[in-house]
Amino acid sequence: MRRIRAFFYECGFTEVETPIRLKVPCMELHIDAEPSGDHFLRTSPEIFHKQLLAAGHEKIFEVGKCFRRGEFGPLHHPEYTMLEWYRANADYMDVLADTKALVSAVWPVCSTDWKTLAVSDAFLEFAGWNPIGHYTEDRFDIDLVEKVEPALIQFAGPVVLIDYPIEAAALSRRKLDNPFVAERWELYINGVEIANAYSELTDPAEQRRRFEECAEQRKALGKETYPIDEAFIQSLGKMPPSGGVALGVDRLLMLIAGADSLDAVLPFRGTGL
Amino acid sequence: MYSASDLKKGLKIEIDGDPCVITNFEFSKPGKGQALYRCKIKNLITGNQFDKTYRSVEKVNRCSLISRDYTFSYIDGSNYVFSDNETYEEALLGEELIGDLKNFIVDDMQVEILFHDDRALDITLPNFVEMQIAETEPGARGDTATNVMKPAKLPNGYEINVPIFINEGDTIRIDTRTGTYADRVSKG
Repeated sequence: MRRIRAFFYECGFTEVETPIRLKVPCMELHIDAEPSGDHFLRTSPEIFHKQLLAAGHEKIFEVGKCFRRGEFGPLHHPEYTMLEWYRANADYMDVLADTKALVSAVWPVCSTDWKTLAVSDAFLEFAGWNPIGHYTEDRFDIDLVEKVEPALIQFAGPVVLIDYPIEAAALSRRKLDNPFVAERWELYINGVEIANAYSELTDPAEQRRRFEECAEQRKALGKETYPIDEAFIQSLGKMPPSGGVALGVDRLLMLIAGADSLDAVLPFRGTGL
Repeated sequence: MYSASDLKKGLKIEIDGDPCVITNFEFSKPGKGQALYRCKIKNLITGNQFDKTYRSVEKVNRCSLISRDYTFSYIDGSNYVFSDNETYEEALLGEELIGDLKNFIVDDMQVEILFHDDRALDITLPNFVEMQIAETEPGARGDTATNVMKPAKLPNGYEINVPIFINEGDTIRIDTRTGTYADRVSKG
């Protein structure tokens, strides 16, 4: 944790703290917020960081607890530590460079031989089809966990899956030269997903449309929907093009410790929390 | 019905009408994707193992397994016939289901049979059964060592290793779980 902070301070980032309890959680199709009285606990600090970028901050980071309801497994815990950082006037490739530098700063023995693999190539090779332009959610998710993720272990070093189908863009920007692709990457180390990054979507109209679509899909799944956060949508109009990364600190620690379950780094996990 | 989030290791479920057990279970949620429940499953009838991934919206059938007490009656060709201790209804179990346990089934033996619907899946014998030795070389007189073994035959022809002091006509106790000699009950 000290090394993580030192890295960002040395790179000239400002550490920020943003609200943990919020009236309106950021809506994503498969992430459920934990209620806390008449508020919700944050699932990510994203919406506040983007408002800070809109207000003129250029390099910010935060380390803090986030909460996701119902996620429990060797690699999941409903309360976990997220590291999130943003760079203004940058894109997802710029923050990939940050990520490489960060990982080698906090984990010097980790391989520096990073492989970047397009999602389309990874799926063609390991699952036999190309999800770009032919995306169906179930097939994509199931092949990702059954075929693609297990295959990533064969690479000696970290693997970056890059350029996701636009349907799986979440809050990322569409690629300029290919409307079917979103500027998003995910970092895997030893087959474990460690970080997710975007060239951030800064178009308020497009963001509103995605939230509305997401609300419809959540309704269809019988999940609760959250109202649209107008302050967030408004701020996107003033936000510069930016790159942002969310990194699971517990998982990174687990890998550094050579473990294969979060049990190794969350000592109070089995105590009924 | 179970929902996918109820699944766990050891849970018995029904797939395409067959009883199955989850032998391995993993919660998975690819970045921004849906929760997936990856299971290794064993079919309790065929013994086949396979992988199956459930999405959180999927439902899984419960599997009702019932175990009832029976008494062994007789052998009919390759079937073993048992009668229900309460209803006296007969149950026929094929030789292939009973497997090696057939060597230790004796008259009037009390057994437990596990059913899925009306289909017998498994049989459990008492842990120990007493049987008489039909044939064995005589041991040296006075030799009571228990660590020296010799072959012996049961009345049904099954060969078992017994200590050297056991003689023809002796009754011994056999551990049905391992198929091995446990101790001597009485001298013949």
